[in-house]
Order: sequence, then structure tokens, then C-alpha cells
Amino acid sequence: MVEDLAIEVADLKKWFPVRKGFLASLVSREQSFVHAVDGVSFKIKRGEVFGLAGESGSGKTTTGRLLLRLIEPTSGTIHFKGKDITTISEKKLKPLRRKIQIIFQDPYESLNPRMTINDILAEPLMVQNVAGGEAEVMEKVVQILKDVELVPPEEFLLRYPHELSGGQRQRVSIARGFILSPEFIIADEPVSMLDVSIRADILNLMLDLVEKFNVSFLYITHDLALARHMCDRIAIMYLGKIVEMASVEKVVYEPLHPYTEALIGAVPIPDPTAERIKVVIKGEIPSPVNPPSGCRFHTRCPVVMDVCFKEEPPLIDVGKEHYVACHLHK
Amino acid sequence: MTLLEIRDLKTYYYTLRGPVKAVDGVSFQVKKGEALGLAGESGCGKTTVALSILRILPPGGKIVGGKILFGGQDLVELKDKQMREIRWKGISIVFQGAMNALNPLFKVGDQIVEAIKLHEPKVKKKQAWKRTETLFETVGLEPSRAKHYPHEYSGGMRQRGLIAMALACNPQMLIADEPGTALDVIVQAQVLKLMSELKDKLNLGMIMITHDLSIITETCEKAAIMYAGKIVEQGDIVTIFKEPLHPYTQGLISAFPSIKAAKRRMTSIHGSPPDLLKPPTGCRFHPRCPHTMDICKKQDPQPLKLAKDHYAACHLVEMGKTR
Repeated sequence: MVEDLAIEVADLKKWFPVRKGFLASLVSREQSFVHAVDGVSFKIKRGEVFGLAGESGSGKTTTGRLLLRLIEPTSGTIHFKGKDITTISEKKLKPLRRKIQIIFQDPYESLNPRMTINDILAEPLMVQNVAGGEAEVMEKVVQILKDVELVPPEEFLLRYPHELSGGQRQRVSIARGFILSPEFIIADEPVSMLDVSIRADILNLMLDLVEKFNVSFLYITHDLALARHMCDRIAIMYLGKIVEMASVEKVVYEPLHPYTEALIGAVPIPDPTAERIKVVIKGEIPSPVNPPSGCRFHTRCPVVMDVCFKEEPPLIDVGKEHYVACHLHK
Repeated sequence: MTLLEIRDLKTYYYTLRGPVKAVDGVSFQVKKGEALGLAGESGCGKTTVALSILRILPPGGKIVGGKILFGGQDLVELKDKQMREIRWKGISIVFQGAMNALNPLFKVGDQIVEAIKLHEPKVKKKQAWKRTETLFETVGLEPSRAKHYPHEYSGGMRQRGLIAMALACNPQMLIADEPGTALDVIVQAQVLKLMSELKDKLNLGMIMITHDLSIITETCEKAAIMYAGKIVEQGDIVTIFKEPLHPYTQGLISAFPSIKAAKRRMTSIHGSPPDLLKPPTGCRFHPRCPHTMDICKKQDPQPLKLAKDHYAACHLVEMGKTR
């Protein structure tokens, strides 16, 4: 069922070289790397909302950028609708950019302060040359502003980003992402800079647009409570690897990996009477320059075994598309 | 025993465009061994409350009315020199942003020793180091780590270091400004657990300032919800979270999805927080309130006592119409 797959990633890796000082380079020739993304595989179906969650430094943002080819992968493959896009040239990439779009985290920095809202939204249409003439560009811009509930559109067209509130700016950002009618959208922490009371509006808007345009959606976040209400399926990343991947219900209610369990348990619950099971694990995420041998989580794992030090557990399906990478589950 | 009582506190920032009424008539109490969560969106004045208590407002900020009663004294009336005695020994603060609150040029231990020496000049340097090492153990850091610089610490360790620093002169009261933000969930859980344990162990009064309601339910006994410079509702956390009466409290709580709850469409409060240079007339929440009545636009509702320690400021509550 290749047609149903929007994106398929296999064994994707991105190692960033660590720059050394002059003297250090004389002493040792050895080049060290930050293993930001280290063998990640997943598939996103058409119309699906897929979450990528993890702590900072787990490689989730890097994964998102790799999918867009904003940075080049070290190895691995990315297939978009059955077509390998890992190494195709910039020139061939341009029409693909129409199909894959991103919404960035910070609406205060991702919009050009010198451009009006109209310019910001018209630019992608011009660059991709998809509209026939200025009238059609205008029509599309007005329509998308209506779609993101910035109404009446005429009032926003000639304004600059600094005249808008944070929530309105993020709506512009979303409009820019959707204006080319893409098939796959990546949203990297789209609400973490916004006030709590307006977050839900933005997330609901995105869900509505996902449904309306029938796009596949990759939601990158550290906030599991929000991810739980946004996503269909979710993958938990730790130090550049996916440790568990399943439907959001499975991950939240029946986590298999000890890391997932700790992560879910650490999420504060906004209900004073809720039952709390706390497995607070010790320590913090290790450096991705020299990731631990064997299972990367063994340094913090409460149920560590001998095998965990030596052997790296593969990500396996334990049934019903519930994937986990842990020696406890084989 | 009431440790800190704030009565009708008003703090304004004087700007070229006129006074910003950041805190406009806030009252609450904190007892010994009790944690109060002060919650609200950014710009609601919650941090200004903390800065007012310690009298460390930035230039332009001024306490224009009200009382801050701590240990029988009104902190608003104190001279600067007397106030210096209160800071750190009486009330201390853990600042937001563990990454920036430590001086990168000094060893973490030295920074704590400096605080001890400043407030207790009689203490010898050696003793102060000993105390610092004990403090490190209290907050779960290796005592030998005191000799290291902030850049050698991870985010969670820095936050622990800051907590150790706040506890350096055995304060009775601790204010924590956004203690969890900028930390990963697991580290955040570790830090919050530590703070709760310390509160019980040292019988501290605590104010947790946060925008994240779920942090309050994890650590506090009482909660006060702020909106546009005023406390709209306060009470014990079970009342606030289970039977909130103010429409803003209700909206804010439903804006917080719980990870354990069934998947649902998220709800939010329409519009955005007001500009405090020109706050709305009457009830400040009326432009965003789903139940606005005529009276809300004209008259500012006063806090109404509903039960022991439960107050809400809303015309609906006054009429007994809420819920």
C-alpha cells in the first residue's frame, strides 16, 4: 500500500562533526561526532497525525529538519510517496518543497519583520509560481487567512508581524505552511512559545486544517500531555533513537519501555485528586557525543540487566504495531 | 501560623506611556509549611508580586499601596538597610531560568559562600564552605561539585544549585519563580519532588509562581489564580481544581489537558490577555468571558468569601448563578 504512505524513513542518521581547537587537532586525529539522529525508522500514513516526542537533545528537531532536507542526512533513506528524496538535487527538490512544509516554533522569529502579512503569504506562491496572476495570488491569500480565522482578512493583509499578538502570528505561520496545499506538514513545537489559554485554539486549528486538506502531520514536541490529545500515533525518542512507537493510547496507558514509563510518570497531572505513580528516574540525558554502549538508556534504567551494557536492543514489533527497543521485550 | 500576609498590594510600573498596573489589589496569606501556587498567564503580574515582596523591583516599578506583613513587620515600610536583613535570611527566591541565574565566572560554591558571608559576617570562610557542602547534600548534589563552575553543570544541577543558594541563610520562606520551565519533564519532576521534600523538612512557607497549573497540583496546598493584575480566585487546590467558580479559572483548567484523560478536543479561552496600560473597565476578564453581563463592563467585582480560604471575584458568583 505505497499510496497510503506519505513518508517513510529508514535508518536515518545525522552525525554532526565536533569542531576541535588547533592544539587538540595536533594531538589527536580522531574526529568525534554528535550522534544527533542515529538510526531512526518510521512511516507516516496519509492523513495521519504522528507525534515525535522526547527530551531536549533527543534528536527530534533534527529529524524534522532532515525530512525537509534542510540539513543533509549522514546516511539512511527518506521516501516521500514512494519516491526516494534522500539525495535528489536541489533543482528537483524545489517542486517537492511545495508538498512538504514546516511550521516553526517561535512565531516571533520565523516571520520577517519587514514584510507585511500579505507579502509573507504571497511569497511562497510567487516562488513556486503556482498562481496565475496577481488576482489569483490575492484570492488565495485571502482564502487562507479565512481558513486560519484571521478575519476579516482585509484587516490583516497590510499589517506587519509586530502588530499582531503571539497567537495571531502563529496563525500566519500556519497559513504560510498550508498556502501551497502541501501533503505533508511538520510542526516543530508550534505552541511552546504561546500562552496557555490560547494554545488549544492553535492546536485545534491545526487539527482542523489537517482534516480539511487531508495532509499528513508530524508533530514534534516535548509536551506529552498535548501530544496525547493531538496525535494518532507517537514515537518516543531518546538520544537519537526511537525507543518506543505505537498508537497514542498504547504509549500512554501501556508503555513497555522503562524510559517511556518514566517519561509518562513524570508528566504533571492538573488534577489534585488523581492517582500518582511516580517512578522518578535519576540523572539526565547523557551527551550524544559519546552515547552509552549497548542500550543507550542503561545508565538511567531502573531495571537494567547485564545484556543492556553490551547489546543494543533493536526496535521490534511486539504486536499490533507496537514497537519497542528494550531487552525486556523480545 | 501565618508567615506572610499580603493585603491589597498595588505595584505599578511607571513608563512614558503611563502607569502599568501590573499588580492591582492583591491579597493572600501563606502559612508555615504551606505552599501557595500563584498561577496565571504571562503578563498577569505574578512575577511582579514576587519582586514586590522582596522589594527588588526594576527601575520604574513602585509599590503604591498595600501591606506586606512578614514576622510582624510591614516590608513596604522598611528602610533599605532593614530590608537587606529580610532578604535571604527571612525570604529568599529561586529565579526563573536556571541557565542564566548563576554567575559563569565564579565557582558555584563561591557564589553560595559569598551570600552566607554577606548576610552573616561573623561566619568564617571555612565554616561557610562546610555549610555549602552540607547544602549541596541537602539538594542532592555531590559536595565536591561545589568547586565546579556553572558551565560544568547540567540544567537540572544548576536548578539544584540555585535552590541550595536560596537556602544558604536558613530562610523561613522560599519563593520559586517558574521552577520547572526550561527543564525537561523528568528533571522537572526531580526538582519539584526535591522542593516539596525540602518544604516539609524545613517547614518552609513557599510561593510557587508558574503558568503551568499541573505543577501547582503536584506541589501546592493552595492556589491563587491571577488575571491582569488581580487574583480572581483562590482557595485550596481541591476546591480550585474540582469546583472552580470563576469563569477564568474554569477556562484555564480546561485548557490544561491531562495525559491520563481520554482523548478530547482541547478547549481554550478566546482572545488574549489585556494591555495593562489600558485595562478593560469593570471586570478585567469581561472581554473574554463567556458569561459577560452588563454589570461586568461597569463594576469591578470584589473578592467574595465563599468558604474558609475560598475567595472568588465575579459578579456571577455574587448572584449565585455560577455553574
